[in-house]
Amino acid sequence: MNLHGDRQQVDPGNPMLRTGLRMISRILNAVGLPRLIVGGFVVALFVLGRIMDLPLQNLLTNSISRFGMNAVMVLAMVPAIQCGIGPNFGLPIGLLAGLIGMVSALELGFSGFQGLMLSMAMGAGLGALLGIGYGLFLNRVKGQEMMVGTYAGFAAVSLMCISWLMLPFKNPELIWVLGGKGLRMTISLSDSFGHVLDKLLSFKIGGLVIPTGLLGVVFALAAAYKLFEMTKLGMAMNLAGQNERFARAAGIDCDRMRVVGSGISTALGAIGIVVYAQSYGFIQLYTAPLLMAFPAVASVLIGGATPKEASVSNALIGTLLFQSLLATTVPVAQSVIGGDISEIVRLIVSNGMVLYALTRGRGGDAADG
Amino acid sequence: MQPMGKAPMPMDKDRECEVLGQGFKRGLKDSLKYDLGNALRNDLSNAMRNFLVQNIVPITFVIVCLLAVRWSGKPLAFLLQEVVFRLSRNSFLVLSLVVPVMAGLGLNFGLVIGAMAGQAGLIFVAAKQIPGILGLLTACLVALPLALGLGYMIGKIMNMAKGREMIAGMILGFFMNGVYQLVFLFGIGTVIPFSNKDMMLPSGIGLRNTVELVSVKWVLDELLMVRIGSVRVPLATLGLSAVLGALITWLYRTKLGQDIRAIGQDMRVSQVAGIQVDRTRIVAMMISTVLGAFGQIIFLQDIGTLNVYDSHGQIATFAIAAILVGGATVSRATVGQALLGTFLFHLLFIVSPYAGQNLLGSAQVGEYFRVFVAYGIIAVSLALHSMQQARAQAGLKR
Repeated sequence: MNLHGDRQQVDPGNPMLRTGLRMISRILNAVGLPRLIVGGFVVALFVLGRIMDLPLQNLLTNSISRFGMNAVMVLAMVPAIQCGIGPNFGLPIGLLAGLIGMVSALELGFSGFQGLMLSMAMGAGLGALLGIGYGLFLNRVKGQEMMVGTYAGFAAVSLMCISWLMLPFKNPELIWVLGGKGLRMTISLSDSFGHVLDKLLSFKIGGLVIPTGLLGVVFALAAAYKLFEMTKLGMAMNLAGQNERFARAAGIDCDRMRVVGSGISTALGAIGIVVYAQSYGFIQLYTAPLLMAFPAVASVLIGGATPKEASVSNALIGTLLFQSLLATTVPVAQSVIGGDISEIVRLIVSNGMVLYALTRGRGGDAADG
Repeated sequence: MQPMGKAPMPMDKDRECEVLGQGFKRGLKDSLKYDLGNALRNDLSNAMRNFLVQNIVPITFVIVCLLAVRWSGKPLAFLLQEVVFRLSRNSFLVLSLVVPVMAGLGLNFGLVIGAMAGQAGLIFVAAKQIPGILGLLTACLVALPLALGLGYMIGKIMNMAKGREMIAGMILGFFMNGVYQLVFLFGIGTVIPFSNKDMMLPSGIGLRNTVELVSVKWVLDELLMVRIGSVRVPLATLGLSAVLGALITWLYRTKLGQDIRAIGQDMRVSQVAGIQVDRTRIVAMMISTVLGAFGQIIFLQDIGTLNVYDSHGQIATFAIAAILVGGATVSRATVGQALLGTFLFHLLFIVSPYAGQNLLGSAQVGEYFRVFVAYGIIAVSLALHSMQQARAQAGLKR
């Protein structure tokens, strides 16, 4: 089809131009428009930064560490999309599980690597449980998962806001100095497990800091999920998400697959916030997790996923592109316009991306079921 | 079948016809007595149950509100005053949600975009210091074309995202928030000329967050302020909402209103019947967006201060929660539900911090609780609606 079109538009006597155009259209198809736009933007920003004499190493270091910080939360989108519930807008439920894991580990007096591992284990366990419950709930609202999930997440966050105030935590590091009741807005991790992963085996190449431990965890989780994809369960789950009718004909219990996917996604969300918090150096409670699902959804979509299909590489590439974009916007915009435009860029790019995905095609509606 | 012996079998309702066949006279008498009494009782209890089921949300809220009012320990006059003011400034916004629901577009989470247009109008008026009612009218006049254009765009996007209108509207709201910030934080003073330097950031680019709406503050409220007992009632503001309510009811009777209701019922059938579905949906969104803009202007003239970058943030959430509290659903909303819901939701909004303070020793708990109520009611209503739809579809298949 493409070949034909090219021949009509372009002078057939010029084979160089023809192959060139064909190459371009092939690249466009393979890379996808959103990835190309965001990627182009990132490259342009790096070039602009170079022109403005900004230290390139800093930009790259920032991009890499932001990638590590956010990648697991984006990875959490993959099982959700694969199993058929679509992008997990209820991610805050998983994040809350991770937060509970962290404050519990701190309350029990664990710190350092142990504390981190315990936080992840408790968070993932609780997350899996909550995710299973959430999946069962989503099975009853097929076709409206995104909207119901968003508001289920919001409701969970505001319910936990009350809980953070009321729960009987005793550790003076965690609770308000005055009153002796209720957890703080932000809890510093500098004495416990802040930057534990970032610093693990990290090294410098010419001003560029590579957080080996952080990247190690991200890629280990990504690889583990890749392995899961190859198991029978993983394949069944993927099929259930792609074509429910076909999967059912093949004897797959689609509702069960959706519960499994939601469980894995929510557990990954819990681990994701632990990784994020150790890198950030603070645990942020109360309304902090409220809007965290949206950048994660946007990232996986930028990486080339659709609401019905996603892969680990979509998540990783998308996170890298989106986070590099944000990391480079701040200093570049600062030196060019003299203001912080990154929040605006985040809003426009992430929501524009989700909107683009929502308005394309008509997948995922009730007609499929 | 079981043989009917002399020993009387234990009778249950299902077997009554058999009894009828057996002992004719006695059976007939018994069954007649049974039926009449029971039918009446059944009818009554059914009606009760239907009423309860259909109005479960407002009824629950009335109970919760009454408890919270009791626990808050606040005098009734104070609460009444607060509720009257909140009702007057919020009901217009809540009413602007009715038309898209009628049109089958669901709850308009994109209402924030209309609010942004309204704020643009107010910013213009504040910059030019246009006083009084003239100022308010100017704000509406500036907001109108913006809201019409934006409403058209929202409608177009909704048509591209059929079946996912609500999530698309919400995300579009976030997206436009970015654009709005870009315009007022970086566009003012660079691309858009702006004369009032007091409202701008020291750098000469972008607006400050807080704009005091001195020239239009309480203009509408004070236009017709009536004292009823110890309660001050801004009749003009409430009157506008009443007029809007009447207009929406009148809209049902027009051709456009009929079309809107038809596409809300069934898009495919309406298309076959010759209704321009996509165009009507766009019109519905434009109406809602314009009303949202006017609603925000009314809301802010009562507040008196415009926070350029976050006055609009929660508008849609709270308006939607309010209309749902009144008993509306994703597919059905009336003017009455909007008004009742605004009253109940805002009553709860007022008393919950006090109730939290008295019950649990923390006003913060009450504040989080009311946010939880807002989000929770939306989540539950969306879930219930989706379940009903699934059930209806399963029924159709059978």
